[in-house]
Amino acid sequence: MRDVIRMILVLGILGAVSGGGLALVKAGTAAKIEYQQLKFVKGPAILEILKGCTNDPLVDRFKIKDGETERSFYVGVFDGKPNAVAYETYGKGFGGDIGIMVGVNLETDQLLGMGVTTPFSETPGLGARAKTDQNFKGSFKGLSMNEPVKVKVDGGKVDAISGATTTSRGVCAAVTDSEGFYSKMKPQILEKAQAFAK
Amino acid sequence: MSEKSLVQEFTKGLWEEIPPFRLVLGLCPTLAVTKAFETGFGMGCALTFVLVCSNVLVSVLRKIIPSKIRVPCFIICVATFVVIVELVMQAYTYPLFLKLGIFIPLIVVNCIPLGRAEAFAYKNGVVRSIADGLGLGVGYAISLSVLGSIREIFGAGSWLGHAVFGASFQPFTFMVEAPGAFVCLGLMLGVMNLAGKK
Repeated sequence: MRDVIRMILVLGILGAVSGGGLALVKAGTAAKIEYQQLKFVKGPAILEILKGCTNDPLVDRFKIKDGETERSFYVGVFDGKPNAVAYETYGKGFGGDIGIMVGVNLETDQLLGMGVTTPFSETPGLGARAKTDQNFKGSFKGLSMNEPVKVKVDGGKVDAISGATTTSRGVCAAVTDSEGFYSKMKPQILEKAQAFAK
Repeated sequence: MSEKSLVQEFTKGLWEEIPPFRLVLGLCPTLAVTKAFETGFGMGCALTFVLVCSNVLVSVLRKIIPSKIRVPCFIICVATFVVIVELVMQAYTYPLFLKLGIFIPLIVVNCIPLGRAEAFAYKNGVVRSIADGLGLGVGYAISLSVLGSIREIFGAGSWLGHAVFGASFQPFTFMVEAPGAFVCLGLMLGVMNLAGKK
């Protein structure tokens, strides 16, 4: 009987100490891990969109609750003023959801650019070009956030990628979709972004 | 066993019992992560840390742990340090963590830490256990680095991402595939046996 109690005690204490230690390590590294994941997964798209900013958008970020979901915004500081944000939105592509990082100029409500963030499952050579095609990506620049973004076939201004209409439409729909919560949350975004003024 | 000096406990891991060649333990990650020098070296470092820490802990607790439940206790010790390595890697070397992937958590069931806990740390003092763990860990890191270097140089024509051969070099892709790992490992084992024969 003594043996059994001793075994239970040793295993129990060992497990508890190890669990407690791990919880400490996890708490200590959580912020760092979040930053690293941002940097290597979404970082490239964010930095491309907010090119030329003088701060680190991955550090200068904030979150706003939108009903159930929480959205992250990355602030770009230009000429000392935090007048651009990037955020992520999702659209339906040909092979599942596409994550799109969108950059917006807060003063003019114009798009600064867009970039694909998710591991991409669009058709290689066709839809997958949305990630690299500069002509397609460039045609988003300067579009207004106050009207729907559409491809040219649908009466919009975006040059669709030839052979990848579904993907192009999905990306446009994602951007259009984000206009809704952008205009709704604009006052909050402006207020929070001011905190990063240099 | 007790006649060995501390230095000998350390150096035995570098040649006499160098894993994975002499012990022929821990082969699974050896074959999987040695596609390049960087991953092999990273894996070696991770294992060294786990091995030294788990050896210390097991050795400290060797009089407290009842022999009937020693294996679950060893596994808790090893698993704790493996999770620490996993979190720290995510926080500081995220790209390497992505490359090593599942093989970091799998150190828990790697034969080397468990084997050393059972065969050495459970019977020896703390200082000796550190020497033993450090020796075997460094030996493992060296083995994986050498194996990774050979496979990377011939399989991809580069070392740490720098081209080794001229532009006319055709990479010997077989070396970075799984069968190449077996062949390379076998040849190295053969050469080591030849060298050790005298």
